[in-house]
Amino acid sequence: MIWDKEFETLPREALEALKLKRLQNVVKRVYANVPFYKNTFDEKGFKPEDVESMDDLKRLPFTTKQDLRDNYPYGLFAVPLESVVRIHASSGTTGKPTVVGYTKKDIEIWAELMARALSAAGATKGDIIHNSYGYGLFTGGLGLHYGAERLGASVIPMSGGNSKKQIMIMEDFGSTILTCTPSYALSLAETAEEMGIDFKNLKLKTGLFGAEPWSEGIREEIERKLNLHAIDLYGLSEIIGPGVAVECMEAKRGLHVFEDHFIVEVINPETCETLTHGQRGELVFTTLTKEAFPLIRYRTRDISVLNPEPCICGRTFVRMERVNGRSDDMLIIRGVNVFPSQIESILMNIEGIEPHYLLIVDRKGTMDTLEIQVEVNERVFSDEIKNLQILGKRIEKDIKDFLGVSTIVKLVEPKTIQRSEGKAQRVIDKRKI
Amino acid sequence: MKIDQISVFLENKSGRLAKVTRVLGEAGINIRALSLADTTDFGILRLIVNDSQKAMEVLKENGFTVGKTEVVAVEVEDKPGGLASILGVLSDHDINVEYMYAFVEQSGENAIIICRFDETDKAIYVLQKNNIAILKGEKLYQF
Repeated sequence: MIWDKEFETLPREALEALKLKRLQNVVKRVYANVPFYKNTFDEKGFKPEDVESMDDLKRLPFTTKQDLRDNYPYGLFAVPLESVVRIHASSGTTGKPTVVGYTKKDIEIWAELMARALSAAGATKGDIIHNSYGYGLFTGGLGLHYGAERLGASVIPMSGGNSKKQIMIMEDFGSTILTCTPSYALSLAETAEEMGIDFKNLKLKTGLFGAEPWSEGIREEIERKLNLHAIDLYGLSEIIGPGVAVECMEAKRGLHVFEDHFIVEVINPETCETLTHGQRGELVFTTLTKEAFPLIRYRTRDISVLNPEPCICGRTFVRMERVNGRSDDMLIIRGVNVFPSQIESILMNIEGIEPHYLLIVDRKGTMDTLEIQVEVNERVFSDEIKNLQILGKRIEKDIKDFLGVSTIVKLVEPKTIQRSEGKAQRVIDKRKI
Repeated sequence: MKIDQISVFLENKSGRLAKVTRVLGEAGINIRALSLADTTDFGILRLIVNDSQKAMEVLKENGFTVGKTEVVAVEVEDKPGGLASILGVLSDHDINVEYMYAFVEQSGENAIIICRFDETDKAIYVLQKNNIAILKGEKLYQF
């Protein structure tokens, strides 16, 4: 179902005009209210009035995660703090988190966008939405929550963790839609299995999963194990949180970017040149309507490709392919670029392998080593050593064939790889460079 | 004629074998025979116990990956050349031994060889035809 028919199916020409008008407006606002943007624009000799067509977007400076850190915590806010009604922060794995703010109107728009996303996944006000995204500084929990309320559905604010209780509530409350990270969905599947609960007996029909890169293989695994349709939801706190782009139930092929609120571009991460549709590169977003924390050409580090083909669902928004890697997730192993998601896809193609794995990168002398820990379950276990060794060799060979990199597969006991309660930790890099 | 053997996947790290034996001990399960095959990274523990079903249950509950395989227990006279004559028969019939391990019967007269064959049914047929004694499960579990 399309929540906001007027905007979501706006003819391209009208959409482009709206985007330009909104871009001109946001550029003026940031220039007037955010010293960081005034300085970077001035340095480039760029004046807000210079935006005459969408082509001028290319001339605007980028904003990076480092810029957010340098202006910690409120330096990039475009409104006085008294207009800010909510503050979130991204999980900073290194150093300080990045802080984002919302005005009352920003929260309104965010709720609308999440209502759109939930509708695209087939949710209606009759649904019971089991929200296992973390509530707190992370935007996932509250973002989904407000969208679900806006839609008029009944939302269960579960947050992450306490998996046994999650399964009990799902069963007792009759949850119909699950929202969480894909890795946590798999973790829930395992818990249910331990509890002897079959998802076929639950009422779940759809799940919206996001906040971490995942592969088609994981989608199939989730759909099979949880007996539901798995829909990809994209967002990042810097841009607004969840609700930047979503797959539609009709096509399940690519995520529609809510272009009336965000301009999406793809750039070559090395040269920073703008790429055309169909070329793979780093996603860059410009917020068009956000008041408290507008960003111009924010570099996400997420790798994707845009598809402008019209979609069977009727939405006119461009689609981005599922994000299957981040340019900063990329591992360089002896000069070969490797994304954890590529290894995940290979593992998922091997019958019986669990979707839990850990990559350990190290350096022996001058050589990088990549160890892949894979759990041995009953489906792949054998009483004969040679069969297990064949399995390990097969994984090593598949990875070598597809990615051109040698790895060492280490078979480990079941459930020894840490399970996700939010974002999964898939890589440990022990190299000291 | 076939014996249930359970196998357990173990990572090569200290305490894992101790954990298996503790779990079995606490469940009152007696180990009749065992063998541990190992590589640099992992090992496979193979066990003949007095209650395979229960052993598998308690090990699974404790998070181990467990498998069940059918093996054959062959009785061999405890004297020089005892094993060689049996293996000769098997090799004459192109039967491969995947692995085997032995222990000595309580009476001390015979050795028991636990064998995993590539073709178990054929092996049993050949052994019986050559009058080689095969132990029944009940007897082995109850030693």
